Amino acid sequence: MERDDLLVNDQYPVKALHSEEAGVAVRKKIVFVTILLTVVTIIEVALGIFIKQGTDLWPVVKWSFIVMTLIKAGYIVAVFMHLGDERKSLRYTIILPYALFILYLLYICITESNKLNEIWNNYF
Amino acid sequence: MAGEAAKAIDPKVLWGGGRSPFSVSYGKMMMWFFLVSDALTFSGLLAAYGFVRHSYTGQWPIGEEVFHAFPLMGDTHLPLIYVAMMTFILIVSSVTMVLAVEAGHRLDKKGVIKWLAWTIVGGFFFVGSQAWEWAHFIHGSAGYIVTADGEQAWLTQDVSGVKDITTVADFGLIFNKGTENERLISGSEAIQVYGNKINHVQGANMIQNEYGPPQYANFFFFITGFHGFHVFSGVVINIIIFLMVVRGKFDRLGHYEMVEKTGLYWHFVDLVWVFVFTFFYLI
Repeated sequence: MERDDLLVNDQYPVKALHSEEAGVAVRKKIVFVTILLTVVTIIEVALGIFIKQGTDLWPVVKWSFIVMTLIKAGYIVAVFMHLGDERKSLRYTIILPYALFILYLLYICITESNKLNEIWNNYF
Repeated sequence: MAGEAAKAIDPKVLWGGGRSPFSVSYGKMMMWFFLVSDALTFSGLLAAYGFVRHSYTGQWPIGEEVFHAFPLMGDTHLPLIYVAMMTFILIVSSVTMVLAVEAGHRLDKKGVIKWLAWTIVGGFFFVGSQAWEWAHFIHGSAGYIVTADGEQAWLTQDVSGVKDITTVADFGLIFNKGTENERLISGSEAIQVYGNKINHVQGANMIQNEYGPPQYANFFFFITGFHGFHVFSGVVINIIIFLMVVRGKFDRLGHYEMVEKTGLYWHFVDLVWVFVFTFFYLI
């Protein structure tokens, strides 16, 4: 098996360097993500201005904010931080433990705080 | 960049030792692990914010109503426009950083210098914007007083630094502000009520603030402050790497991986701000 593409110890993979032509494609992707992030941010601010908290539409807007944030975060991590180009094993080593712990923490925090709110409202 | 990591390796030899199974260098992997731990810290802060906010039984302040000022424009009503601008500055500086990384992959020293310089400029702009926002948040508006009867009355004039209240022109107090029973008192009556006040709440500090419960300002200071500290240290690291690039260190080394590693940190700072923007300001 050919072994010269492998990383020995902490050597930098010289093949990670790319040519002028490859650079054009990479920059094209960067421009696309830039426009996407900007447009999503503008949509978020505009929605925030036109739809106030407490109105009927607010829950929809709130969840759309969360979805849009996750989309933005996904593009930043995958393209800007190049995690999308890394090996699958590294991707999961980074994302899975974090996601597991934080989803659990959020679940606990939100359910417990809602319950506390109910108790303080009803019994004090 | 897709070159090395995308190559298929026989799984039998992948974990055999002697090289990185992740196909990344030690430094880059450790930067990722550091970022995961830092992400846990920030998530913990935002989760704590969510906990306090959901358990609070009163009216929690709304971002659009608190942050609507803009520098040099006086008393404006531009909800979150300034924060959105800060977000945009940080996104753009993230873009210039990734362009610096891309130039590094082509061993284009001039390109790296140019884009890294813009990244540093963007970082300074963001830190400066945050300083302005903090100053504005701490100073606040004219504020309100708690009267001797325990009522809340908003001041019509900013009296901070005024020694003799009777010299303030058009001084007045607004009771039940923003409701149907809104009531304005002025002249000697207002001055007397002001003189008998229990408390004057103006702007924000760690104990009280005019926007809402004390935790609101505390979370604002801690979350944006912790993030601002990250931005500041990111700018410092970028400057150090910038000087190393200018002196040709990475040219001699044959690759610009150090720019990639600082780039990871810088993108992470942007990533955190995306979440702070949504969960602290928008929602």
